[in-house]
Amino acid sequence: MENGVVLSMRNISKSFPGVKALQNVDFTLRKGEIHALMGENGAGKSTLIKVITGVYPRDAGQCFVEGIDGDVVIHSPEEAQERGISTVYQEITLCPNLTVAENMYIGRGKYNFVKWKDMEKKAGALLDSLNIPARPKQQLGSCSLAVQQMVAIARAVDTDCKVLILDEPTSSLDDKEVAMLFKLMRDLKARGVGILFVTHFLEQVYEVCDRITVLRNGELVGEYEIEKLPQVELVAKMMGKELEGLSEIKSSDKAVDSGTPVYQAQGLSSSDAKPFDFKIARGEVNGFTGLLGSGRSESVRAIFGADRVTGGHVTVEGKPVKINKPFDAMKHGIGYLPEDRKRDGIIADLSVRDNIILALQVMKGFFKPFSAAEKEKFADEYIKALDIKTASADTPIKSLSGGNQQKVILARWLLTHPNYLILDEPTRGIDIGTKTEIQRLVLKLADDGVSVTFISSEIEEMLRTCSRLIVMRDRNIVGELRGGQLTQDQVMRTIAGGAE
Amino acid sequence: MSRKIIALVVSLILVLGACSALAEGIKVGIVNNPPSESGYREANVKNFEEVFSAENGYEASTFYSLKNDEQLSAANQFITDGVDYLLISAAETTGWDQVLADAQEAGIGVFLFDRMIDADPSMFEAAVVSDMANEGDLAVSWLLDQGLDEYNVIHIQGAMGSDAQLGRTGALDAAAADGKVNLVVQQTATWDEAEAKKIVESVINSGEKFNVIYAENDGMAKGAVAALDEAGITHGVNGDVIVMGFDCNKWALRELLAGNWNYDGQCSPFQAGVIDEMIKTLEEGGTIEGLNEKGQIINEERGFDATAITEEDIETYGLGE
Amino acid sequence: MAKKSFAAKIRNEYSQLLVPLVALALIILFNLFRDPGFFSISLAKNNLGNTVLQGNLISTLNGASELAILAMGMTLVTAACGGQDISVGAVAAIAGSVFVKVLRGSAGVTPLTVALGILGGIVVAMLFASFSGTLVAVFKIQPMIATLILYTCGRSIAYWINGGATPTVESPIINSIGSFIPGIPIPTPILIVIVVGILFSLLFRFTNLRLYTQTVGINQGAARLNGINSVGIKLLSFVLLGGCCAIAGVIGVSRLGLINHETLLLDVEMDAILSVAIGGNLLGGGKFKMSGSILGAYAIQALTITLYAMKVPSTDIKAYKAIVIILIVAMGSPVVKEQMNRLWKKLAGKGSAAKFRREAA
Repeated sequence: MENGVVLSMRNISKSFPGVKALQNVDFTLRKGEIHALMGENGAGKSTLIKVITGVYPRDAGQCFVEGIDGDVVIHSPEEAQERGISTVYQEITLCPNLTVAENMYIGRGKYNFVKWKDMEKKAGALLDSLNIPARPKQQLGSCSLAVQQMVAIARAVDTDCKVLILDEPTSSLDDKEVAMLFKLMRDLKARGVGILFVTHFLEQVYEVCDRITVLRNGELVGEYEIEKLPQVELVAKMMGKELEGLSEIKSSDKAVDSGTPVYQAQGLSSSDAKPFDFKIARGEVNGFTGLLGSGRSESVRAIFGADRVTGGHVTVEGKPVKINKPFDAMKHGIGYLPEDRKRDGIIADLSVRDNIILALQVMKGFFKPFSAAEKEKFADEYIKALDIKTASADTPIKSLSGGNQQKVILARWLLTHPNYLILDEPTRGIDIGTKTEIQRLVLKLADDGVSVTFISSEIEEMLRTCSRLIVMRDRNIVGELRGGQLTQDQVMRTIAGGAE
Repeated sequence: MSRKIIALVVSLILVLGACSALAEGIKVGIVNNPPSESGYREANVKNFEEVFSAENGYEASTFYSLKNDEQLSAANQFITDGVDYLLISAAETTGWDQVLADAQEAGIGVFLFDRMIDADPSMFEAAVVSDMANEGDLAVSWLLDQGLDEYNVIHIQGAMGSDAQLGRTGALDAAAADGKVNLVVQQTATWDEAEAKKIVESVINSGEKFNVIYAENDGMAKGAVAALDEAGITHGVNGDVIVMGFDCNKWALRELLAGNWNYDGQCSPFQAGVIDEMIKTLEEGGTIEGLNEKGQIINEERGFDATAITEEDIETYGLGE
Repeated sequence: MAKKSFAAKIRNEYSQLLVPLVALALIILFNLFRDPGFFSISLAKNNLGNTVLQGNLISTLNGASELAILAMGMTLVTAACGGQDISVGAVAAIAGSVFVKVLRGSAGVTPLTVALGILGGIVVAMLFASFSGTLVAVFKIQPMIATLILYTCGRSIAYWINGGATPTVESPIINSIGSFIPGIPIPTPILIVIVVGILFSLLFRFTNLRLYTQTVGINQGAARLNGINSVGIKLLSFVLLGGCCAIAGVIGVSRLGLINHETLLLDVEMDAILSVAIGGNLLGGGKFKMSGSILGAYAIQALTITLYAMKVPSTDIKAYKAIVIILIVAMGSPVVKEQMNRLWKKLAGKGSAAKFRREAA
């Protein structure tokens, strides 16, 4: 084995029924480097990680770990840890009601502390050395998400950790927290730990990583040093095609003031949203923006009747209507793709087909089920139209990748042919290719006369797609931007309150 | 707290009861289990209502509960109210010492019926109880008197460990041990009619020979007969299979009268008459005689034969309607 | 390709039935080994002069009727609410009591009064079930806790309806419901199970009951956001189970022409829940297969009949039943399934590799 290499995977192959998840993939991790594993959804990133950590047995290939002679076969994450390979997942898997120190040591065979004091002392020392701003006796739940993430990392690296795998650790952190996490990662790097970093955020890759390995469709595209791979080329390699100018896709401004609005609300409020006014014209794409917790999701939920509606007047196509529950909204041609796909969107155990037809079926009525042939037709049509990658329409949606799940939910609402479609964070946690597809789709819908409300945490994305932005702060609408005002700078200032 | 509330409710009920029964008579307090407990209890309660009536010179107050502590509260209240006699069918055999002592001190005569209490015979006047074993013996000796060449018995038991099951099983087990009868199968149906039917069905399906069904209550006998009917096996008087049940529900006795069944045994729920006689004796200054060493009088059990039963028997001794 | 997806479909759809089918097959094989004539069916004349089918197979199918019907309803409640109704026996006793009450209250037992009695039983059972259903759907009480109420007091209510311990009703009509219809050699309860099964499949065919129930069971929040009234669906599942309870109660009463409120379908709730579990359905709700539960019910009954036929001492019978049930449930556990899947894949993998080599050559 090469000098300075801590983990080397050679010719790894792994397939699942109907899918070749990995084919002859090589991956090399060196001592003291941060190595990004990049690829679109379904590229094989998760599978590779699961093969490394022993969650899945590999079908073929070899694995070498520093300090161990010959091919290493790892059967379980516990065994991986014993061999110096630790993993921290996207969702924090610690216990919020235990203390930081308890979370770091409990349930680990080696550390059967008899004295709590000893355990706390040891935890304190480790936290200090890693500059993690947490006290050992503090309850974990009282720490910020970033600190919890860091405690999870501390737990992972405490043993003789040679390889640390971070699977999307930054997806729920804000910029400041990300910076804290990166500092910790650099510290660990300085100690000689090899870090495998998986993320969807390109900027973060370029900020912190030394090398990039790109996978596509279960195959290795290549391993690159960061300086030699410009961002545009990285995207091209991930997607397997030359990047089109993303900024070119921009909707034309539809005059919201002329004609009858498709949807109009006055003083609409719900259990979670303060009263607000809102209207949208035919074929318009508008956005709600603001920081997390600014009330943007709550507002669109009120439009759809997702929370308990407490007041307001609503007209659809100029006619006064009552929308108290989602079914009312659906009857009036409104569709809603919820923010939290896992919790509110997918029906995990049901097939892709059932997930696609669900909303249209509910609108048609309890006593009027579609025939098997009709369902088949609808599902096939949209699987093809949105290029949903699934083994078959019978596959449970839970076994699809995140981006494809999102496409299924999107298909569900497109199938209802809505007049007004609300998309709350449709591109979160999705690879770039799918993101662009969804953005294009939104604009195509608008061209076809569908009104769309689009919410995203990425302002850039909203600027690309929306012709009008409603800015919210502290649960109130604080501004409305359009035309020339739609610049990143202007949006930021409005959110921050500088534009007034 | 809850005990206090129970006591309060009990006393309220008793006061109301006392108000409505102003007629002068012998005051008796009856503590019993509620009639909904079983068909047996229903008949038992009815028997006491009939015997300890105003016409018979009694002023009776009654309290029903399945719970021992509620029964104890009620008994205490009866003592406080100054009844002349206390009649108890206890939910549990223990916990009654204080009540019995209080009653004795207050000069109240205590009679136990149906169920015994763990106490010295000196603490009560008499206990009128059933002898479950006697009931089984009666039935088995009837069976052995039928003069069959061989006795191949399907034995369907009640809920295992209950008094009735133990008594009714004991006699048959003894006969089997002596080689007088052959038990084709011995299974519990836990008083469940449908289960009894399944047990008999399974014997029929296996092709084994049998000529007696000994079911430990009427319901299970009915279930067994349903299985015979479906299989085309004749039963009852002049039938291929002898059917025996217990409890003497009226509907079961009618089956006897119609000749569909052969025998029905009873653990008599009628203890009121015996107690009535003893109270009358005491009131006239006499003493109670014929008690065994435990202070008990064994209630007379009955068994009915299909060839001898009459309409009158059904009306007099049948339970339910 | 098409063939492969068809095979995949079969595996997706029916692998769930593997456990109850294997369980049934094992019980049957065991019996055939023990006594080759165990499942022989014969024709005989019953005491009413009808020609009827007889044998252990018929006894099993017949005896499991109430359980099978309850298992169907229980499957729905389990799927929609992610919990079980433990009051089915008590509600069946109430419905049976209403049935008997109507018959005893009317001048005579005629087809009309029987129909009225059944209808009365169904309506009352549905009312009681919707009481439990309301607690579950509206007040969000766990199903087992909510139904504990009727489990506790249901049989007392049943007593109160008729009074008396074991009121009886005698009539050829009742006999033909619980036993045989003259001229038809198959026990009527078996026919009733078939009818109920057909009714459910029609319900699944002509309404969205299955889709809605599964959606609510898997993700209630998402169901709401897709316009599904999850309260209504949960309530509906309880009402349908109530109907099943009533039918089971009427069968139970009709078998013997007598209602014993204390013993009618005693402890059946546990067997019904077990049927659902053996049928490979998740007790936590969501996707379900009603046919699995029905097979589960027959497996339990076949086991009971087997134990009776083997004359296992009455005191031991429950212990033996428990052992076999542990085996069946373990067979369907995710851990064992995972192992079986691996084995299956290994075998299939070898097969396809060989095929590939052949094709390459």
